[in-house]
Amino acid sequence: MKNIFSNSIVYLFLIFFGIMMILPFIWMISTSLMSQAEFNKNESVFIPKEEYYVWNENGKEHRIILVQQKEEHSIIHVLDENLQISKDYPEYMSVPSSQVKLIKKVPSFHWENYVTAFKKVPFARYFTNTIFVSLMTLIGVLITSFLAAYAFARLEFKGRDLIFYLFLSMMMVPEPIYIISSYMMLDKFNWLDTYQALIVPWCVNIFTIFLFRQHFKSLPQELFDAAAIDGCSIFGMLWRIVLPLSKSVIATASVFSLIGSWNSFMWPLVMTDRPELRVLQVGLSYFSQEASTQTTLLMAASTFSILPILIIFFFAQKQIIASYAKAGLKD
Amino acid sequence: MARVEVQKLNKIYDNSVHAVKDVSFEAEDKEFMVLVGPSGCGKSTVLRMIAGLEEITSGNIWIGDKLVNNVPPKDRDIAMVFQNYALYPHMTVFDNMAFALKLRGEDKQTIKKKVQHAAELLGIQDLLKRKPAQLSGGQRQRVALGRAIVRNPKVFLFDEPLSNLDAKLRVAMRSEIVKLHKQLANTMIYVTHDQVEAMTMANRIAVMKDGVIHQIDTPLNIYNHPANIFVAGFIGSPAINMVEGKIESEGSDLFFSSNDFKIKIYPKHKKMLQSYINKPIIMGIRPEDIYDARYDSMAEFPQQIETICDIVEPLGSEYHVVLTTPHNIFTARLEPKELPKMNEELTISLNMLKAHYFDPETEVCLV
Repeated sequence: MKNIFSNSIVYLFLIFFGIMMILPFIWMISTSLMSQAEFNKNESVFIPKEEYYVWNENGKEHRIILVQQKEEHSIIHVLDENLQISKDYPEYMSVPSSQVKLIKKVPSFHWENYVTAFKKVPFARYFTNTIFVSLMTLIGVLITSFLAAYAFARLEFKGRDLIFYLFLSMMMVPEPIYIISSYMMLDKFNWLDTYQALIVPWCVNIFTIFLFRQHFKSLPQELFDAAAIDGCSIFGMLWRIVLPLSKSVIATASVFSLIGSWNSFMWPLVMTDRPELRVLQVGLSYFSQEASTQTTLLMAASTFSILPILIIFFFAQKQIIASYAKAGLKD
Repeated sequence: MARVEVQKLNKIYDNSVHAVKDVSFEAEDKEFMVLVGPSGCGKSTVLRMIAGLEEITSGNIWIGDKLVNNVPPKDRDIAMVFQNYALYPHMTVFDNMAFALKLRGEDKQTIKKKVQHAAELLGIQDLLKRKPAQLSGGQRQRVALGRAIVRNPKVFLFDEPLSNLDAKLRVAMRSEIVKLHKQLANTMIYVTHDQVEAMTMANRIAVMKDGVIHQIDTPLNIYNHPANIFVAGFIGSPAINMVEGKIESEGSDLFFSSNDFKIKIYPKHKKMLQSYINKPIIMGIRPEDIYDARYDSMAEFPQQIETICDIVEPLGSEYHVVLTTPHNIFTARLEPKELPKMNEELTISLNMLKAHYFDPETEVCLV
């Protein structure tokens, strides 16, 4: 009985936070399917719905704005296809109230938002840029982390732990602090507004080094001894023994690195200016800056921009959890 | 094949722990040499230095005619078997065994033949396609042995290879390794903390403690003629009984006298102990040299010792009995005749011919 009770509390807790986590996503998706008008009305929250009046003119239906409704006659604006007040009809028209009807559409999904959003800005280009930058960064991160972590975990040299703790302490410095000095440095390199500026500074990731180091430390010394006797060089050991045993930690590190590069906004915004270098997150800001904010389109664009990373996370989550679960165990 | 010679080997770690002190020994060609000692005595460090896994602070190591101090492990022509097997978890048994050969660049046919041969020798032909995680402890240890055999090294090094196995399997693997040694006729150096393994497997044993070799000899010589108190106490189970006392002279006879009893020293030992008359001395007597006076009164030594029987451990084939006198404790290994009862008196007699005498200060064995 006690078990059921404590379990229920745990699950209630989990469900509560699960809902908290997923609400923004649901909100994003539902907003992306609304018409801008409906979003502005701010009435429907999760399920997009629409209410509007139509005037039935001898079998032909027109969208209208109802100005005044009386028992017999109503005063209306007739709208054209673009939902502007039609010029073919008088601005104020009086029609029989029997011809005016309230239409309720629940749900009403505006899938065309996605098409509009994709056409409005060169998303194909942004996607390509983001994928290119993310993959190059990932390769860089894996190579540097693998080698650095091996040194920190297995090689003996003076000041090893001190350097490692210095590295760790860097994790506590927030991005805005070093973005200015980084900007000046990239300027000196003449790298501003280039792909290097987006990739190279992110090719070292301290958290990944830490993750790899913990994993390497958990591998038994005897494996390395046996490999040394079998005739492996240090690089041979890394390649033939350590690498195959690090699959889950590599998967974890990869997902974190990909998510990080995919979501980075501040850095590419500051370091690049040319439109053809824009990455997704910077591209998204088009909808809230260069034109007036079009929330529904922004949400549609956001939805398809996170889709790839969501899919990757979905497939890798087993590996991630496995590598976390193993992190504390020695054997 | 090859002999291994270690000269004045020293290991001092960075934290100035002196783990190995002036260790010298020689393992003859085709010899099975066992380094035995309590944990932390430096025996594994010696082995790792022979393998080239640990840097040498000073001293020389020869394998065959070659000074290998600065030769990397792979070029020393050795193979090593580890306590936790150290199999590569991501490789099949076959790949584990073939790994060194592949690195050496041998061709596929030769590798296959060699692995097959080793697998047959160890009876693991059916396991070649499995991964280490799918094997039992005993099978893993066989694969680890196979990995060593495949390379046909000059010298096999074993670092407590049986410690992770259960007791029954350990006994079986023990004799299998001995058999393997006979078949392969390689030099083998074997490190263990288990004196039973040392006694049963070795051609010669080196007993180590605190980084120093205390005695190197054949198992029986070490058992019968221990060099000092440590060796006498470490080898043999149950452990040898040590009694503090002094030598007294009465007429032409010498006596060993402790607080509880006085017992005549065997004539053969008299000469060696002359200089210790009236001086403190420690007598060692092995459990099997103590007899139940009811059945085995030693005609030559009528002196008997009255004891109280404290603990009785019947093992079936023999009894281990802990006996106390007011100031001493004896462990005796008795024939399974009449089981002594707890807290009852038991008269014992000692086989003084087998007694050892140690100088209490230098701890060296006098007789």
